[in-house]
Amino acid sequence: MSILINNSSRIVVQGITGRSGLFHTQQCREYGSNIVAGVTPGKGGIHIEGIPVFNTVAEAVKYTNANVSMIFVPPPGAADAILESAAAGLELAVCITEGIPVRDMVPVKAVLKQSKMRLVGPNCPGVITPGECKIGIMPGHIHKPGKIGVVSRSGTLTYEAVKQLTDVGLGQSTCVGIGGDPIIGMNFIDVLKLFNEDPGTEGVFMIGEIGGSAEEDAAHWIEEHMKKPVAAFIAGVTAPPGKRMGHAGAIITGGKGKAEDKIRTLTECGVTVASSPTKMGEAMQIAIGSRHNGKKKSD
Amino acid sequence: MNIHEYQAKEILNSFGIPIPRGRVALTADQVERAAKEMGGRCVVKAQIYAGGRGKAGGVKLVHHPEQAQEYAKELFGKTLVTPQTGPEGLRVRRILVEEAVEIAREFYLSITLDRSASRYVLIASAEGGMEIEEVASKTPEKIHTLTIDPFLGLRSYQARQIALQLGLSGSVCEDCVNLIQNLYRVCLEKDCALVEINPLVVTRAGWLMAMDAKITFDDNAIFRHREYPDMMDYSQLDPLEINAGKYDLAYIKLSGSIGCLVNGAGLAMATLDVLKEYGGEPANFLDVGGGATREKVAEAFKIILQDADVKGIFVNIFGGIMRCDVIAHGIIEAASEVNCTLPIVVRMDGSQVEEGKRLLTESGLNVQCSDNLGDAASKIVGMLG
Repeated sequence: MSILINNSSRIVVQGITGRSGLFHTQQCREYGSNIVAGVTPGKGGIHIEGIPVFNTVAEAVKYTNANVSMIFVPPPGAADAILESAAAGLELAVCITEGIPVRDMVPVKAVLKQSKMRLVGPNCPGVITPGECKIGIMPGHIHKPGKIGVVSRSGTLTYEAVKQLTDVGLGQSTCVGIGGDPIIGMNFIDVLKLFNEDPGTEGVFMIGEIGGSAEEDAAHWIEEHMKKPVAAFIAGVTAPPGKRMGHAGAIITGGKGKAEDKIRTLTECGVTVASSPTKMGEAMQIAIGSRHNGKKKSD
Repeated sequence: MNIHEYQAKEILNSFGIPIPRGRVALTADQVERAAKEMGGRCVVKAQIYAGGRGKAGGVKLVHHPEQAQEYAKELFGKTLVTPQTGPEGLRVRRILVEEAVEIAREFYLSITLDRSASRYVLIASAEGGMEIEEVASKTPEKIHTLTIDPFLGLRSYQARQIALQLGLSGSVCEDCVNLIQNLYRVCLEKDCALVEINPLVVTRAGWLMAMDAKITFDDNAIFRHREYPDMMDYSQLDPLEINAGKYDLAYIKLSGSIGCLVNGAGLAMATLDVLKEYGGEPANFLDVGGGATREKVAEAFKIILQDADVKGIFVNIFGGIMRCDVIAHGIIEAASEVNCTLPIVVRMDGSQVEEGKRLLTESGLNVQCSDNLGDAASKIVGMLG
């Protein structure tokens, strides 16, 4: 079992004719993902790598029954691409695009509140259900089918975590990169809820970083509702305040968003927090082994 | 992206928000002339990319043009250290000379993104002139906020409610309603991450005026504002950070001796954390982007080596889909070009790892490879003794 995507996901790629759109379409396909259509306005009617290209997502859905979108549209058109996939009735859009202005995402987020479509990202590595389906830019080979759910704000740090999990023999049910932007679709809690209900997931590894309060919010939710053990790592313990560490969201301002506060809250809420980025796999092992300790409410 | 106070005020003014009469000056003589224009008595304000200037001696009320000139001579080239600049401070290269305004009351007003609501939020307080974080923590009841619906916008009645909460009445209250709505227009049309007026004042004569202003643009929106790059004052930025920006690299100078080259922001932060854990001091944060290319790696390498404090280099690339032999070529190319003899530890993952390692070890560079993050960190710390 898994969350969000599996081997019956039918994928449409928005921005399929762009350089990275095409490259990652090929990569996802090699992994086994079922890419059924592409969308590039103005290029409808052509085939690329044997995949039919449409002018609109609605057309792609009509002719191919696509139900999930992978978005590689460049920043100026990316917010529109998300809205288009929602309007076409898709279940899920995974937006890889980095650099979408906040002003564009504010109305998108408001529209999605009224929509049945879920959004992962933007500015994220994507979603992978190992052995079944990969929608995103992560390296497939480091993943291994299994029972640990992974949810992360980061990209390459997630790969590091997944590799460590795989190395200690812990495979993954689904890995979700929620993205590092100030406005994102699904947040930690949205993904944790799905993992909590997924019979194929027995524990969750969560990767956070400095900035905002998403990790604290997730910690409180975990304490209240999570039925499964959770381990976590927070990047940026040594980050200086006021400096934006790459991600638009990763900044300590006005004394808020510090790693130490996030770590303390997570620990207080019963999450096993890895003390070092070299110990993420180990922390997950400890969390699973000690699931009867700590503050777990129901087991 | 930050801009100076005088630039922020020009933008506010172009949206109908009143500001004091003023002139920006680049020399002490220009300051004197501007002071004369203002009638002698005026406020001289150092322009740096940070707040807290007043306490650091960067703002002064002067009474005649000679005094303005004297003070300007002192300020130009001086490095101001405020709580927002960090210990290295920022040099003053521009000065704003403004008419002295008689102030009756001071307020705080800003619009920024409320990340938890994913909407813009208006923040107002009758405690103007102070650090808003301080007001928020000590007297949260004095902070008024309004979350803005993107489809309805900021309506008059909402702005009026805020103005009334600030204790305004009569025509000043209605002026404030207009001002608040104009501030929201600035936020949207100029793609601001933050637009702040602190203090917003009511003058003795009963007019609203933005006495100080700060605007931070959303870096992601620069593509639709061609004028923004020209507004940058590069003297306010670290030259290495400027150079990194040209190649789309996220670089932040830190105080240690180990240069770091990492792909991805989260992994880059974690790399700094692990270096510290092993007793090393990172010289920088550098993210070459999730999908590092050979060119970017080469440029990043050169930027790190321009920092004289760097005594060793730690490369951590989780390539994934990327080929490690390509990354290795980038490192070798850059290191040979600048004759780098410093110790280098490379931790790579991705396809063609073995080939990448072989290239590096046979390159003649002072380089060690490692498969494991902790091991790599202890190696570089060990090599630097």
